[in-house]
Amino acid sequence: MDNSIFIVLIAMLGGAIRVSTPFMFVALGECLTEKSGRINLGLEGNLVLGAMVAYAISFHTGNPWIGVLAAGGSGLILGALHGYICKLPKVNDIAVGIAIMSFGTGVAFFFGKPYIQPSAPRLNSIPLGDWTGNASLAQALQVNPLFFVGILLAVLMSWAFANTRWGLIVRMTGDSAASARAMGVSVDLVRFIATTIGGMLAGIGGSFLSLYYPGSWNQGLSSGQGLMAVALVIFARWDPIRCIWAALLFGAAGAIGPSLQSVGITQGYYFFNAAPYILTLFIMIASARSKGAAREAPGELSITK
Amino acid sequence: MNAVAPMGRAPSLEATGMTKIFGPLVALDDVSISVPAGSFHALLGENGAGKSTLVKSIMGFYSPDKGSVKLDGKEVSIKTPKDARAHGIGMVYQHFTLVPCLTAAENLVISRADAPSVIDWRKEKKALSEFMETMPFKVPLDAQVATLSAGEKQKLEILKLLYLDQRFMILDEPTSVLTPGEADEMLGLLGDMAAKKEITVLMISHKFREVKAFCDGFTVLRRGKLTGSGDAQSASIAEMSRMMIGDTEVRERAARTQHNDKREVLELAGIFAEDAEGTPVLSSINLKVNAGEIVGIAGVSGNGQSALVEVLAGQRAMSDGAIRIQAQNFAPKRSNFDRYKVFGLPEEPLKNATVPRMSVAENLAFRAFDKPPVASLGWWMSPGPLRKRAEELIKLYRVKTTSPDAPIETLSGGNVQRAVLARELSGDVDVLIVANPCFGLDFASVADIRSQIMEQRNRGAAVLLVSEDLDEILELADRVAVMSGGTITYVAAIQETDRNVIGQHMAGH
Repeated sequence: MDNSIFIVLIAMLGGAIRVSTPFMFVALGECLTEKSGRINLGLEGNLVLGAMVAYAISFHTGNPWIGVLAAGGSGLILGALHGYICKLPKVNDIAVGIAIMSFGTGVAFFFGKPYIQPSAPRLNSIPLGDWTGNASLAQALQVNPLFFVGILLAVLMSWAFANTRWGLIVRMTGDSAASARAMGVSVDLVRFIATTIGGMLAGIGGSFLSLYYPGSWNQGLSSGQGLMAVALVIFARWDPIRCIWAALLFGAAGAIGPSLQSVGITQGYYFFNAAPYILTLFIMIASARSKGAAREAPGELSITK
Repeated sequence: MNAVAPMGRAPSLEATGMTKIFGPLVALDDVSISVPAGSFHALLGENGAGKSTLVKSIMGFYSPDKGSVKLDGKEVSIKTPKDARAHGIGMVYQHFTLVPCLTAAENLVISRADAPSVIDWRKEKKALSEFMETMPFKVPLDAQVATLSAGEKQKLEILKLLYLDQRFMILDEPTSVLTPGEADEMLGLLGDMAAKKEITVLMISHKFREVKAFCDGFTVLRRGKLTGSGDAQSASIAEMSRMMIGDTEVRERAARTQHNDKREVLELAGIFAEDAEGTPVLSSINLKVNAGEIVGIAGVSGNGQSALVEVLAGQRAMSDGAIRIQAQNFAPKRSNFDRYKVFGLPEEPLKNATVPRMSVAENLAFRAFDKPPVASLGWWMSPGPLRKRAEELIKLYRVKTTSPDAPIETLSGGNVQRAVLARELSGDVDVLIVANPCFGLDFASVADIRSQIMEQRNRGAAVLLVSEDLDEILELADRVAVMSGGTITYVAAIQETDRNVIGQHMAGH
């Protein structure tokens, strides 16, 4: 019994590392966008399009890292589109986000049809657990470099928000557009840049899906992970480091079902597979009731205004 | 950097022939103002007199159609607020321009034009504390601005100007959010700095008391024109106020009549309430209001007054306690407002008492649209009587509107206030709840609205008047209660107390 608890825990650790990366990237991108005072619900579109573009480019060039860059580029374009449209007068960022989500997935499905069958070169992982001599632990500790890039990015963002002029300006724009304008900051430009970079991060997150795990391109690849990640930002209360923890927790929850099955517990398999989504729901309820959440929300978000 | 403020750096400012025309409106008509170095100058005028237009033209928000600005005797060209900043002219606005989620230190550093792209906090903190040492007032540097009190925010705004080396300061009604004690302290310190020729201050104000106590010169505007200027110490308040209101006919104040009937009408029994985050905003509010009596609730804004009015209006749930009217428990619902004849004029009526995009006529019918003659059978509304009634009220209460069908948001502040009063006072009133009824209104409207409140009192209504304007309470109230920290800390009959005692309780002493 002890052994099976161990197996489940290792599987959850592996799941956390494997599954969390796209959540991380999308959540960090959304965190940056929301810190500037705008919501981009369209990151699901960036994620799916990023996955498709990465797979296609990797297939044609034979280098998965070029695919990653291309995915970032496609996300950048979608993010810039969102940023530009929201700049126009009387435009609601949430409605535009939903449109971008449909647009991004639509474009990905349209151009992605021919890439469902062929196999593209995938990203390699770094084996960090071989020294343990434990096969399942070694397998769990196969870590993709993008995972570290995500963590590094979170630390960098967290530092930049507190210690750079750009970070302070983004926070200022997100909390009080009037003050930012009074200081001569172009609110639209700051939000445009934040949304564009946020979109790029989500695109890179998408490349992980198709080039590493699950590691192929098909239409059901994302299954709403981009939307979940947006919810994670609220759970993480707009803090990049907490975004990482939230993504890890979410990844671990996703691994509960398969790992229980691997130790012979098949009852409630589908229920456990739904764990991440149930978790999201409860997280949302809990964080909405939390007293501190209201204070940490950027003041310019259309949901808090 | 400007760690130490050298002596004698106060600039003088002279604006000549300033004219600004917005379409058909001449907002500023050949106005000149001269503020010598190191003076504390008051800019007086009613709302809409052109004070803001004048200072915004000086600050570069507007480009004036005519006129020039001289700084220290040299003509300068100020096209944008950035130019004003470069010339050392700074302004503190009525609404704060600090960013709530940043700390005081972050707000100061980011406001600098030359803020470094990577901020070395150790160095900056050291420079900031050295700067703070030289300042007459202090603000905690590491506190998030959202957690500072209104007084501390106001001080931080002024510190920001000094930090940016802006030694010509324009302050827009800087004391409206402060207790009388805080206001006197702050103005006194600024006055000292001005006297030492460290800064020059131009203060927009409508409080004669402060002008007399702290200012040395004054300039008065009325309807965009200069109507007078002079030495604030030698001019009398009567002279200044005549320059402000001119020969406008001001309605005579209704006199206070004596009542013998002292029935208790409204009772607040142990009311508690919390905000959205669960922090208590009201605790144990106990207060009784008799028929034919105005009870004034004084206090610095943000001490629970708005929450109390919201509770009474049914906009906020109480967590404990009871409201009783004529000894009966009262739940603030529309049916009960009718039954107990409770009426109200909340603060910011456009937001709290009207639907801005609905017409004046519809807004005027909110209390009566489901009763005859407007409605038959309780649900069929006829627009004819609704419009007719609106026309009567508009005439009776002198609401200036282009038509009863105009959206109420197109009316000026004073006229929205009059329209809401028309709706609320046209019936038989037993209980009247009023919050900051004269905020931002001109003299004529203020006199008008105050005498209507007094008339309701004389008729026998129990009136609860919540106001941040202590003068208003001293003028109208029979009894005064002070709110501080979400509870009532002091109650006294108006003849047994004075401004100082009330002021001390407002400050929480």
